[in-house]
Amino acid sequence: MPMTSILLPDTEAEIEAIVHEAAQSRSGLAIHGGGTRAIGGHVHVDRTLSLQQMSGITLYEPSELVISARAGTPMAEIEATLAVNRQRLPFEPIDYRRLLGGHGTPTIGGVTASNSSGPRRIQAGAARDSLIGIRATTGRGETIKSGGRVMKNVTGYDFVKLMAGSWGTLGILTEVTYKLLPEVETETTLLFSGLSAERAVAAMTEALATPFEITGAAHLPAVDGAPSRTLLRLEGFAASVAYRIGRLEAVLRPFGAFEEIGLEASRVLWKAIRDVEALEAPRDAVIWRISVRPSDGPAIGAKLEASLGARLLYDWAGGLIWASVPADGDGGAAIVRGAVAAAGGHALLVRGSSALRAAVPVFQPEAAPVAAMARRIRETFDPAGILNPGRM
Amino acid sequence: MSVIEIPKPDPRILARRDAIIAGLAALLPPTSLITEEDERRAYETDALTAYRRVPLAVVLPETTEQVSKVLTFLNQEGVKVVARGAGTSLAGGAIPSEDAVVLGVSKMNRILDVDTVNRTIRVEAGVTNLGVTAAVSHLGFFYAPDPSSQLACTIAGNIAMNSGGAHCLKYGVTTNNVLGVKIVLIDGTIVEIGGAHLDSGGLDLLGLVVGSEGQFGVVTEATLRILPMAEGARPMLMGFQSAEDAGACVAAIIASGIIPVAIEYMDKPAIKVCEAFAHAGYPLDVEALLIIEVEGSEAEIEDLIGRITKIAADYNPSGLRISQSEAESAAIWKGRKSAFGAMGRLADYICMDGTIPTGQLSAVLTGIARICDGYGLRVSNIFHAGDGNLHPLVLFNANDPAEQEKAERCGEDILKLCVDLGGCLTGEHGVGIEKRDLMTYQFNTIDLDQQMRVKSALDPQWLLNPHKVFPLAGRPV
Repeated sequence: MPMTSILLPDTEAEIEAIVHEAAQSRSGLAIHGGGTRAIGGHVHVDRTLSLQQMSGITLYEPSELVISARAGTPMAEIEATLAVNRQRLPFEPIDYRRLLGGHGTPTIGGVTASNSSGPRRIQAGAARDSLIGIRATTGRGETIKSGGRVMKNVTGYDFVKLMAGSWGTLGILTEVTYKLLPEVETETTLLFSGLSAERAVAAMTEALATPFEITGAAHLPAVDGAPSRTLLRLEGFAASVAYRIGRLEAVLRPFGAFEEIGLEASRVLWKAIRDVEALEAPRDAVIWRISVRPSDGPAIGAKLEASLGARLLYDWAGGLIWASVPADGDGGAAIVRGAVAAAGGHALLVRGSSALRAAVPVFQPEAAPVAAMARRIRETFDPAGILNPGRM
Repeated sequence: MSVIEIPKPDPRILARRDAIIAGLAALLPPTSLITEEDERRAYETDALTAYRRVPLAVVLPETTEQVSKVLTFLNQEGVKVVARGAGTSLAGGAIPSEDAVVLGVSKMNRILDVDTVNRTIRVEAGVTNLGVTAAVSHLGFFYAPDPSSQLACTIAGNIAMNSGGAHCLKYGVTTNNVLGVKIVLIDGTIVEIGGAHLDSGGLDLLGLVVGSEGQFGVVTEATLRILPMAEGARPMLMGFQSAEDAGACVAAIIASGIIPVAIEYMDKPAIKVCEAFAHAGYPLDVEALLIIEVEGSEAEIEDLIGRITKIAADYNPSGLRISQSEAESAAIWKGRKSAFGAMGRLADYICMDGTIPTGQLSAVLTGIARICDGYGLRVSNIFHAGDGNLHPLVLFNANDPAEQEKAERCGEDILKLCVDLGGCLTGEHGVGIEKRDLMTYQFNTIDLDQQMRVKSALDPQWLLNPHKVFPLAGRPV
């Protein structure tokens, strides 16, 4: 395998020059934030453009709940800065290092390019919902902006949303702006033990249909003789959390009694769910991330368990299934994709060998009209096809 | 008299009018085609009434398949298409040209599926905004985006403009509440994007379609997120002796960790007019009024109101009043939501829609007063203070063409000020024709060229709502 050279620009102008040259010579570039989200098809190029030097918070206005940072800014730096003012990013992005075994540094650009959103997605929206501004260098070597630093903005097409989750294939994000939320006073998690996936999803969707603002709803199936755990998180002012727990007790009585898990333990628990720690081992297993309607979750989960011997974690009240599947054959692709296609949704092959990722599509195959629309849009941003070629 | 140009119709299209209408007649039931001039005239404008053009024809398809056939035909014939919801755009988003066919979605107004387990609803795009909430309110749910025109405006129009409303401070705008759409492209292709699940498995085409002002296709169906209604909600009124105090109070509330459902601002002229209209009990002796709404249980509401009252005490509030009944709450909101209509009884106005960083609130209000003074025009400010989305109403006399032009120039200067202060031209109304020629003030050529490339990729002949969003000069040929 040829040595990969790493380019470390520290200005937009340098990025533009690199991309210009790459477009002219039609030689592809792999785009890296901190290199912790090595998800997607294999990118067959011999040069990597790293945003490591494009780092630093460029604007932070706590009273306006807004932060801007260059794309290579480490998440840890952002989180530490926000913590000083008791603020946070609303969408709880996953740190993939446990699951993927990486040693890099997660960056705000990587979080954005992958639209990474954790358990709080169900209540606070995805990364793309908090993202309010971007700057990005397209495959034409031109740096565009979209959105800005204000909370409401419908001026021109919403390339902010388009860039979130485009995995560095439309443009190289250089700077992103997010809206923030105040950190909460406290949180409590309600733990139900021993529910089947079906009952768990019933309990979680029931809870989410109340006005009591559940900010996390996950189910960890029974493992090694330990009973299943179904978790509901409440956040806010202490008195309000206590009140809502009381009301939920009545609503959820049919699902049995629950334990209350306090602030510290609750935080640890949801970080583990966010980072899918339960499925970290065995390391050679294939990992799928499946988004469906919550009510479809248990049947799809049961099918994966029965057909593939999958181990599962349900988040988003059953609407997000993380599945660990033995690395045999197609890694479960046919069965996963078949189940998702029948129900409506999408499945992402998060972890798998290069051979597997070359053999089966990593992203959910799209219906022809959607794929055609995406292709036409993509060609306008990266006509030479040089940005992360083959990744999506 | 008018400063915004609507291009002259293409004589080659006008000359083929009979053939085009015959072609449409072959695709649609007779009740879905409007050709008589007096009936077409009903579609000549929207809520930007200073501009009007009678369209070539109006079609009101009943199904997605009919929309597909119509667009396929008009694309072949090279005829422009202006999609229309209820025609409530304040930016001229639904104003046609004389050589365009208006495609109204009003006959596609069925609720298709309500799913409270997964908290979604699937509707045809001609359903009104309030119609969505009406379909689920008996189940304890609602649809969150709440533009002031929600009684009339359609989901199709909300999606086209990415509409907001007073309560999006907590719940987000349209794009945060749409999960999927069925859209018909100009070549007739029907594309289903997203669904009842969360997020996209590929590029976020849904995010791109929302807010594209009808320039990529015609949305015929949508899957929307519905939310459980709060146990209760209560507005409170707080008066201030200066805009600075009111602005600082808003910032302090948010900095404290409280995100109210809504924080609305009105200045003295607006308070007076709205009070005369709605008898909401607004204080008349203050310079600025905040309407702050919180929600939750009785105890939670009381707790939040207590916290907000305590924070506000540092900013010399007066006329503090907390709603004591459902009727009082309704009256308070009636005053706010009918503000534009009430101002309209007083004078003609243009309603601007810039957004600024909330820290610039008092700077922008000072600037707006200075600009309007310079033109000798009166202004009234009503806006969503929590997210910095301003709605200055510039008052003028529509019977005086010179004054109308002056008002439009005054509005332009206000929007440029918003951009100068770090904000944008439009927060929730859209660009339409109204702000089209200001786009170069917010975006450079590189930005606009890339946006227009996407337009060209999805609509190569620029037939879909073509005269909007981008300045007429500098377009691809």
